[in-house]
Amino acid sequence: MPGAKSLLRLVACGSVDDGKSTLIGRLLYDLGAIPDDQLEALARDSRSIGTRGGELDFALLVDGLMAEREQGVTIDVAYRYFATEKRTFVVADAPGHTQYTRNMATAASNADVALLLIDARKGVLTQTRRHAFIASLMGVKQAVLAITKMDLIGYDKTRYHRIVSDFVALAETLEIPRLAAIPVSGVGGDNIVARSASTPWYDGPTLIELLETAEPSEADRADRPLRMAVQSVARPNLDFRGFSGRLSAGRVKPGDAVRVLPSGRTANVARIVTADGDLPEAIAGQSVTLTLDHEIDCSRGDVIAAADAPCEIADQFQATVIWMSDTPLFPGRRYGLKIGAAQANATITEIRYGFDIDSFQHTPEKQLDANGIGVCNVSLDRDIPFDPFERNRETGGFILIDLDTGETAGTGLIHFALRRAHNVHWQALEVDREAHAAIKGQRPAILWFTGLSGAGKSTIANLVEKRLHSLGRHTVLLDGDNIRHGLNRDLGFTPADRVENIRRIAEVAKLMADAGLIVLVSFISPFRQERELARGLAKQGEFFEIHVDTPLEVAEQRDVKGLYKKARAGQLKNFTGIDSPYEPPARPEIHIDAVNTSPADAAEAIVKAIGAAISR
Amino acid sequence: MASSPRLTHLQSLEAESIHILRETAAELQRPVLLYSMGKDSAVLLHLAKKAFFPGKLPFPLLHVDTTWKFRDMYAMRDRAAAEHELIVYRNPDAAARNINPFEHGSELHTQLWKTEGLRRALAEYGFDAAIGGARRDEEKSRAKERIFSLRSAHQRWDPKNQRPELWSLYNTRVRPGESFRVFPLSNWTELDVWQYIEAERIPVAPLYFSAERRVVRRSGAWIMMDDERMQIEAGEQPEMRRVRFRTLGCYPLSGAVESEAESVGDIIREIAESRASERQGRLIDQDTPSSMEKKKQDGYF
Repeated sequence: MPGAKSLLRLVACGSVDDGKSTLIGRLLYDLGAIPDDQLEALARDSRSIGTRGGELDFALLVDGLMAEREQGVTIDVAYRYFATEKRTFVVADAPGHTQYTRNMATAASNADVALLLIDARKGVLTQTRRHAFIASLMGVKQAVLAITKMDLIGYDKTRYHRIVSDFVALAETLEIPRLAAIPVSGVGGDNIVARSASTPWYDGPTLIELLETAEPSEADRADRPLRMAVQSVARPNLDFRGFSGRLSAGRVKPGDAVRVLPSGRTANVARIVTADGDLPEAIAGQSVTLTLDHEIDCSRGDVIAAADAPCEIADQFQATVIWMSDTPLFPGRRYGLKIGAAQANATITEIRYGFDIDSFQHTPEKQLDANGIGVCNVSLDRDIPFDPFERNRETGGFILIDLDTGETAGTGLIHFALRRAHNVHWQALEVDREAHAAIKGQRPAILWFTGLSGAGKSTIANLVEKRLHSLGRHTVLLDGDNIRHGLNRDLGFTPADRVENIRRIAEVAKLMADAGLIVLVSFISPFRQERELARGLAKQGEFFEIHVDTPLEVAEQRDVKGLYKKARAGQLKNFTGIDSPYEPPARPEIHIDAVNTSPADAAEAIVKAIGAAISR
Repeated sequence: MASSPRLTHLQSLEAESIHILRETAAELQRPVLLYSMGKDSAVLLHLAKKAFFPGKLPFPLLHVDTTWKFRDMYAMRDRAAAEHELIVYRNPDAAARNINPFEHGSELHTQLWKTEGLRRALAEYGFDAAIGGARRDEEKSRAKERIFSLRSAHQRWDPKNQRPELWSLYNTRVRPGESFRVFPLSNWTELDVWQYIEAERIPVAPLYFSAERRVVRRSGAWIMMDDERMQIEAGEQPEMRRVRFRTLGCYPLSGAVESEAESVGDIIREIAESRASERQGRLIDQDTPSSMEKKKQDGYF
């Protein structure tokens, strides 16, 4: 194939007003990458909304969205493309202000080189430290330091060298091994494409020369052990069964021994099938379809790896998590995890520590807020194949998905497995849950009462338990207030503690249901996700979400325990309905209108509704 | 040590696009490939065939018709339909009102036939992912669009609330009513597209190549008189010119450029030397400032 240029991916990062858009715009302009009609539009825009008094304002070339032009800042990661004789370039342009961590991490994820901008007048700022830290975290091992706005300090050589040495000290602590610095001016075009006459003391390459010669950061990835995440199984007819995917590392030839993970089974590669004919060899980066010499189990999400150098398998590992959602990360909450083509359910079991992004110091954290970074223990509901992130970004990086909204809530970089998953087996119980329930002559169930404080949950739950008891059922009642005195007395009422509170109750309810009991749980349980977690632990058809629906005004008026009064007076923090949210169930199994129904009627209705489910 | 073998940038782009197409087919319930008979669609279809070789395409093609495309384009569409399942959708509202670019103007014409037509087609067929050939280099607001770009239940794009895309991990989770626009060519440039067409010998509409064509001068562009419905305005004089098109759409709204480029190789040389952007000939982008961003928020591709 022609077009035999190589590709280099850059992440451009800088603070507000350090001239990043101007520099990129200037680079495109000097390379002749701006078509005439866009230049005309630029000249027009420069006169109407430019900030350079009618002179060409190069920043307008790259500040795309209307809202950005109005505010004069960049909102989201933007991608630009340009080419020289030797190379084609993709620049991920990361904004330097709000959401900087999220945007920087995203933009840096595929980058070979970080282009770090420093305003010559200001030197190394907190923002610079943050950007360098995130770039290093995301595995970018190469940085080009562009000291901008040299024209505004009269091309002062001493000042330039001082900034560079400040940064070199920083880069050493961050493990960015390859570093180059260059004095530039976007407005004047100094040392960008053409050498500047104003910096005779600088004899290094121009910016474009530096970028043309920089080594892609994973240049050796074809020499590492084979990794291919299986995206799909191609089965066009009975005689063909191929595994489609893109090689993230290594190379493969027909005859090579491969191992399918997590199953661990081995086979030899028979053919490398593409629409252009069978290939004698495929290398990292290529999308292919492999057939094997004999049938083995292999499906989407599995990894085909070199047989003698496979990846690791685990369901628990330690990872650095970068949080991106406005809803904080809470330990105990369940998230969707995607790595390669594999998906699993994940729980952060512990935040070991967070990072202060300005000092790089470790900090204790109970939750991670948007743009927070922490080293966490992660537990999955199944084994996944992985490599440490330092060794392979594609098999070591994952995203976390909010199961409620579907948004990408965070990302993680795997460090190591916490234990070898395949050494752990569930204890096979001979007296199983079926036996427990059978001896009691019933089927287990979990009745989960949720609603505001003072809604009448406990009153109704008590009546339901009495009624079931009189019918000869074996029951147990877990009540919020009582559990908080014992099992959960170490927990407070912050959102993070509420999540953990419910997680423990959900686990206890499950154990008791396994013992054959009908479990009544009476907890405010304000968050939809934790109730869904409890539902997920129960067996299909055994979980009944009962919404005791009392409007806030009514509950507050009743105020049986006097808590609303205290909360309103500011004496109780994080009180549900007042300064902590209640998320009502969308589709509860049973809905109780607790204003117009007496507790006795409500209890009778519930017993009736579950009658069939608990009878053998 | 000898340096490790590496892919060329075209090989990298091809492999990335194939990966995206396979993810779409594997994770979405009911994807569709938007086929508009242009060069980007031609490349997209070619890549899709490669992605699922030796199998067939796991999704149908959809052409949202405006009834105003070039005749050559309809011929291209018929050829594609002979090989793949292809759905043609025409917005019944626009058809009932006989919407056309001459009497109703480009803005309403595009809104009803294309934007509204696409929305209705996706809703009626229940597609949850529409694969399109848009590229980030085409236009400034596209530069910030994701590869898997989420649309709300009302098919609107919210540029301030996009899902971050790290490495090659795409979050394809949708809630009821939500859908994706998927752009496998996001990282390609116009030049990449033509170089790939040349390398892979992909057939494209003859309109891209220079020929003597009957045109009139309108709003600074050459508009081709492709069929008898073309309306001539006062002062316009039809003439023969050697012209070609850099992008194709509805013929009364597609401006031709004067060119001598008769082959793909000629086009590549012309683009390399060109000082005008590809979308310049598109009359619809110039309706209002930042008009592309507004159209996209409304659901235009």
